[in-house]
Amino acid sequence: MTSDPSQSDPAAAADDGRVVLDADDVSRALTRISHEILERNKGAADLLLLGLHTRGVPLARRIAERIEAVEGTPVAVGSLDVTMYRDDLRNHPTRAPHKTSLPPAGIDAKTVVLVDDVLYSGRTIRAALDALSDLGRPSAVRLAVLVDRGHRELPIRADHVGKNLPTARSEKVRVRLAETDGADAVLISGAGLTDGPGKDGLA
Amino acid sequence: MKKHLLSIDDVTAGDIDALFETAAEMHDVQRRAVKKLPALRGRTVINLFFEDSTRTRSSFEIAGKWLSADVINLSAKGSSTSKGESLRDTVRTVTAMGIDGLVMRHSASGAAQQVSEWIDVPVINAGDGTHEHPTQALLDAYTLSRRLGPLEGRHVAIVGDLTHSRVFRSNVKSLTKLGARVTVVAPPTLMPSGIGTWSEEAGFETSYDLDAVLQGEHGTVDAVMMLRVQRERMSGGYFPSAREYTVGYGLTRDRLRCLAAGTPILHPGPMNRGLEISADAADAVDSVVLDQVSAGVAVRMAVLYHLLAGEDSQ
Repeated sequence: MTSDPSQSDPAAAADDGRVVLDADDVSRALTRISHEILERNKGAADLLLLGLHTRGVPLARRIAERIEAVEGTPVAVGSLDVTMYRDDLRNHPTRAPHKTSLPPAGIDAKTVVLVDDVLYSGRTIRAALDALSDLGRPSAVRLAVLVDRGHRELPIRADHVGKNLPTARSEKVRVRLAETDGADAVLISGAGLTDGPGKDGLA
Repeated sequence: MKKHLLSIDDVTAGDIDALFETAAEMHDVQRRAVKKLPALRGRTVINLFFEDSTRTRSSFEIAGKWLSADVINLSAKGSSTSKGESLRDTVRTVTAMGIDGLVMRHSASGAAQQVSEWIDVPVINAGDGTHEHPTQALLDAYTLSRRLGPLEGRHVAIVGDLTHSRVFRSNVKSLTKLGARVTVVAPPTLMPSGIGTWSEEAGFETSYDLDAVLQGEHGTVDAVMMLRVQRERMSGGYFPSAREYTVGYGLTRDRLRCLAAGTPILHPGPMNRGLEISADAADAVDSVVLDQVSAGVAVRMAVLYHLLAGEDSQ
């Protein structure tokens, strides 16, 4: 596997499905989300962007950079791992949790914006909300996602969405980011298949 | 990872990496206001201790509770064992109550292995006779790696009562597995018989001369692990007097000076101050004895998590 962006663009995309957002689209979506967050929060005060592993973490950083560019003040960023809070923990072999890192000030009385790449069943966000309640008491929790692909299994919705992407359960949505995969793109594959009993809860 | 943790032989170097990675996260949880993760919610773990223990048992108890498991402590004193129940009946009885994991300490070497063949749930060996104490070795290696970074190529001296030490047996296995060099030091009477062949096969060195080892005869020492003199397992005659043991093999103030600054000093506890370790060494800035204790909880959380939280663990 190489991280050379030129390689992972057209050739790999053909393997992994149709490109629904290219690098520019991703960038525009993140810029819009950043502005939405600022507007909703009426500025960057007491804001904490908390990325969910794996791809939510670089996304949170990018949104923070954009907010800083607009507001001129640094924004707190952290990462949250929800492995131990998952409701499907018993259905998989265990894996080591990722790093949960919070700013020294913690999350108390902050407006926490959870950032993830894909919103699907909503179970990851449910786990994240549980994790947050063990870490402190934010004054508000919001959710920003790059892609909302539908098929919620819990009463959870995103406050800020980069792209609403109607999908069949049988389809697969992949988010690729420069930090983790060499280049930015959102791909969809498996289209045309029947809506079968797909693998749930892993978005 | 295998179903049971009976010996360091049950984990690969890769497993140890995953355990350490998990333990590092668990270490952070220890510093939180809410020290609780839901990973083992609804699971029940029994600590079955046929031998005295303070830190290991309470450490497993805390580890289980912080992962939200229900933890029950059973000690041989006051249980049916004292009424003459066999080990097999005892473990099968507690398993029949519906437990999900068994942490066990027993004075007989191989007891945990034997029990794992009788019951269906994961068994974690918390010390069996003079055989192994795998979670102690894991927490020692974890403590060392936090201090020294990767243990590959590092040189660890293990000093003391080797004959009776399960801590030493597990540590030799885990440290060599992680690529560290090990030199074990003991008086001839406390050097296990047959260690010559074993050390050749496993690739560690032996010595009777602590001063020479500390002065670098086997290479610069990066860490010193002192073992407890286990008087309760001795029927006398291993060394003439406590004083003589200290002179030959204790980490005294003078020997402390041979060590480079920043050389971690480990002791699995409980310490016999003034016997195998002087107060100067036990309380030195480089003493990591209390780090070992707090690492113990984190590493045991990691072990319980990996053995009990995922699939195939029912």
